Amino acid sequence: MRPGDIVRVALRALMRNKLRSLLTALGIIIGVAAVIAMVAIGEGARARVEQAFSAMGTNVLIVSSGAKTSGGAKAGAGSLPTLTWDDLRAIRSDVNGVRFVAPRVHTTSQVVAEDRNWSTVVTGTTPEFFEIRNWPARIGAVLSQDEVDSGAKTVVLGQTVATNLFGASSDPIGQVVRIANVPFQVIGVATAKGQSASGNDYDDVVYVPVTTFLAKIQGSLQKFIPGTILIEVTSDDVTTEVAEHVSALLRDRHGVAIGEDDDFTVKNLTETASRKQESSEALTLLLASIAAVSLLVGGIGIMNIMLVSVSERTREIGVRMAVGAKARHVRLQFLAEALALALAGGVIGVAVGVVTAGRLATRFGWPMLIRPEIVALAVGFSAAVGIGFGLYPAHKASRLDPIQALRYE
Amino acid sequence: MATSAPLIAITDVTKTYRMGEVEVEALRGVSVDVDPGEFVAVMGPSGSGKSTLLNILGCFDRPTRGHYRLAGEDVSELGSDALAETRNRTLGFVFQSFNLLARTTALENVELPLVYAGVHPRTRRDRATAALERVGLAERLHHHPSQLSGGQQQRVAIARALVNDPRLVLADEPTGNLDSRASDEMMALLGALADDGITIVIVTHEPDVAARARRVIVVRDGLIQEDRAGVADRAVGTP
Repeated sequence: MRPGDIVRVALRALMRNKLRSLLTALGIIIGVAAVIAMVAIGEGARARVEQAFSAMGTNVLIVSSGAKTSGGAKAGAGSLPTLTWDDLRAIRSDVNGVRFVAPRVHTTSQVVAEDRNWSTVVTGTTPEFFEIRNWPARIGAVLSQDEVDSGAKTVVLGQTVATNLFGASSDPIGQVVRIANVPFQVIGVATAKGQSASGNDYDDVVYVPVTTFLAKIQGSLQKFIPGTILIEVTSDDVTTEVAEHVSALLRDRHGVAIGEDDDFTVKNLTETASRKQESSEALTLLLASIAAVSLLVGGIGIMNIMLVSVSERTREIGVRMAVGAKARHVRLQFLAEALALALAGGVIGVAVGVVTAGRLATRFGWPMLIRPEIVALAVGFSAAVGIGFGLYPAHKASRLDPIQALRYE
Repeated sequence: MATSAPLIAITDVTKTYRMGEVEVEALRGVSVDVDPGEFVAVMGPSGSGKSTLLNILGCFDRPTRGHYRLAGEDVSELGSDALAETRNRTLGFVFQSFNLLARTTALENVELPLVYAGVHPRTRRDRATAALERVGLAERLHHHPSQLSGGQQQRVAIARALVNDPRLVLADEPTGNLDSRASDEMMALLGALADDGITIVIVTHEPDVAARARRVIVVRDGLIQEDRAGVADRAVGTP
């Protein structure tokens, strides 16, 4: 028997019962579509998390003040400044593996240009902040150490603020904006970073030298940093180690007794990122196994219908055997039918899955990620399901006795 | 009759079926030779063993004991694949209930044996068309069985039996589902094929039909009871 004939006979048998074939393939269609969509969602979410954390800076520790216990009630992190400028200097000089250290203090304030104004987050910091955040200027420059030392009235605008005050394509360098009634000269616009996973706009912010911030915008006790300290470590492997050293140093400097709680918090972004990563991987795995189960159910559906088909077509099988079909011809014919059902289901399923993944990606605003190997895997798996679940019915058909098959009513 | 080597040579064939605990002897030692070009009718009451004989002749089944030589080849020991090949190359079948594939054109039904012989589609089409022309259905190539009368369907079945140029055509009650006019046409067609040198063996319980054959074998209780020249043969006056 010619291979083309096997395919033709199988396809014709399927076309004869179009609705039945479609319903049978539906199990596989749903299974494959689910695999494709689920994995794409998982990948999209992961990419989003990665993007978010790389925007925040990798290998970064954030030290915040507070969690001070007063009269039994424990206040939240940052509720009372406990970090000092000396702490910052000590971290820089005494802890190995620290590359950059920067303070960050902020408040929400109105920024006023000549004819427009915009409410945004005004942040006081030092040049190292831009290194930690891996954040160069798009035009102009970021803050310099000289400006911090001299308490210069200069400002770097986030893209969103620049757009709202001066228009999207303008060059505001040299313009003057007023923050808390103090005039600041614009020296740069930072590159756009986009949105965080939770929808915060990273670019809705302006940066001024921390010295100027404390002197002109929000006064504070000389000794304390009324905000957080950002630390970038030299490499991924030492993040946890550095976090421990910083904790030990600060406990020592703050005179926290053994057994007492820290009066500060060290947050490890790499750890948070990998925890999120792990949970999204676990979710992907869970969804993928549900999808695999539905593929299995689809396979059982194929087997069921193939068994029905074999018994319905007993006479046909008898006729084919009478005119010279060998057992293997009959087996191949039914295997080809099961395979064609499963493959068609797989291909339609891929199409449905890609469309679904695309819609979801647009809806949640994350990148559309469909890996070709997942598509190949899904189609390959459905073919395997077809062959696997087609084997028994095909075997059953091939074992029929032609005499009895011809007499079958 | 003909002096050439017999097409069918059956020697001491027995067939025993096990039905649970009981053994049923369907054939109890049958010997018969059929020469090329003979037109034989096998008769007998139901349960006589004539269907078993036909199954063995048709290479559907193997004898329990004894030998069956078909066209010089001993087929009594062949495996099921080899039997399928023999059915495909040497035999043609016609059944009482036609056994055409539904919703499949006459042409495709006739092509079926050639599909399993691995013949190229274009050659297949030509040979199937020729076979249908031979049985007078040149105008019905693309009709489905449901669009054909009983007689026409049986002629499609004969075309299917003929398409692989068989040495032997076996027909199991070929007129059982036909009216008398279609029966006559059918027997005339089979007679013409025998005249062309194709050996025909039909199983029937109708004496009228058997009378159209040139040799009648009567089977009873698993044995050949009678083996005589048919009415048709006597009518034309051969010795």
